[in-house]
Amino acid sequence: MMMRFDFWWLPRAVILGLLAFIIFGPLTNLLLWTVAEKWYFPHMLPLEYGFSFWERVFSPRGNAMGSLATSIVVASLTVVASLALAIPAGYALSRLKLPFRGLILLAFLIPQAFPNLPVYVNIARFFYQIGLNGTIAGVVMVHVTHGLVYAVWIATAAFSAVQIDLEEAARSIGAGPFRAFRDITLPLAAPGLLASAIFVFLESLDEFTGSYFVGAPDVNTLPLLLYTASSGGNYQIASITALLLLIPSIGFMLVVERFLRADVLSKVGH
Amino acid sequence: MRKNLLAILLVLPALVMIVLFFIVPLIASILGAFEVGDAWGLGNFRKSFELYSSDMIFTVVIVTVSTALIGLFSIAIGGYLTLGENPRAVAILRWLYRWPMFIPFIVVGQILRTFLAKNGLMNNILVSLGILTPLQTVGFLDWRGIVIAFVWKQTPFVTLLVAGAMASLDRSTIEAARNLGASRLRILIEIVLPQIAGTLLVGLILSFVTMMSVLSVPLMINAQSPTMLTADIAFRINAHGDYGVANALGMISLILTTGVALIYLRQTMKERS
Repeated sequence: MMMRFDFWWLPRAVILGLLAFIIFGPLTNLLLWTVAEKWYFPHMLPLEYGFSFWERVFSPRGNAMGSLATSIVVASLTVVASLALAIPAGYALSRLKLPFRGLILLAFLIPQAFPNLPVYVNIARFFYQIGLNGTIAGVVMVHVTHGLVYAVWIATAAFSAVQIDLEEAARSIGAGPFRAFRDITLPLAAPGLLASAIFVFLESLDEFTGSYFVGAPDVNTLPLLLYTASSGGNYQIASITALLLLIPSIGFMLVVERFLRADVLSKVGH
Repeated sequence: MRKNLLAILLVLPALVMIVLFFIVPLIASILGAFEVGDAWGLGNFRKSFELYSSDMIFTVVIVTVSTALIGLFSIAIGGYLTLGENPRAVAILRWLYRWPMFIPFIVVGQILRTFLAKNGLMNNILVSLGILTPLQTVGFLDWRGIVIAFVWKQTPFVTLLVAGAMASLDRSTIEAARNLGASRLRILIEIVLPQIAGTLLVGLILSFVTMMSVLSVPLMINAQSPTMLTADIAFRINAHGDYGVANALGMISLILTTGVALIYLRQTMKERS
């Protein structure tokens, strides 16, 4: 057989190369900024590289460590609260007879289906009156409301994907409804629930608008730190903070399919 | 009946959360839009239109242009993933397109702010490749920067939905058309697209609403006038403590979005029935 060169690779390579530049160009730019000591126009690349800004960010007195801790605390509390609300709700929505089931599922979408800025403005005003503004609890409540759609929808899908026969078999050999749920349904739905937990965690980690109105300046999460650093023209600190936010997001993208199997995914929103 | 009650009790706490921390403040925002001093009136709206009518047009244009581009690109990428005949090119594209999907908006703002600036990396590369001279460079940190940021971030999400829907189509009609000699572009437009229009619409509407409420991108990329309504709302609160006009602007963006959200509701209701 003769090797023939496929000329279609020419346009293919051009388009794929362009796409790669569009996607990775800006990302490379971010990486360069995190290690650029000196970089000004018209030099294409930084003039000096180094980690002095990393040292500044991670020094015990730097505010990035504080922001990182705050962000992780807020996101973890958001996950716990969301799952505590979403597991019972998801079970009821997938297994039990519920009037207006479709409307209830849609109700959780409301925070995503309306512009949330005016809502945050008014929550902040209300929280200010009752002393919740600028507290971790206040920020967590805002994040839970926003992330609940992922938590409830994925939990519902995860429970729907568990075959009901298994639960019925457990019941028929004498397990109570709670025991059947705890020993059979919950473990089988666990990967889906874990996916929803990661979703909610990232959603909280990345949330800017709500934290900006309800949290700032007392609860200084990573996105808020990124914003202040960037508007102060401190691109190195801003880029390092951006990278800290980027790593979990990209990591999640790479593993999401392992947790969110197709049988669960196909049931989301149904 | 008892079982019904149990189901309602299990769902109730989550629903209360939505009502208390979303629907009640939403109503407060709508009422607040009509509150002028101690009386009710349209003063806030008059002021909003006086100060920000150009920003309203700006917002609608930006979000509409972005939505159209997102739709176009997601159809192109999804179409190639479904109809592409070279497995290696399809695999590369599948690996490539989703990277921006989970990157937070605030990070997208920061990344593109440094990349698209007049003396950012993009222009530096073009200059050193000899494509542009330093005098010809332009910064993209205006409406174009916002559109680029939205399209960059939202296209993978819509593509994921669209490509998923395309993959679950019945292949036999596609193969039949192919055997009859129809071009792939024609198959995409005449056979594939009509069948996935619902999914595409849902993805575009969700993107539209998301873009209407993103604050960080306009703040990071283009905070000067003209800018998006979200940046104006934040400015009214932070600089003037003016909740009346902020709520009126919020209600205007709400009205702009509600039309779109209604299309979404009709679509999902139709799919459910």
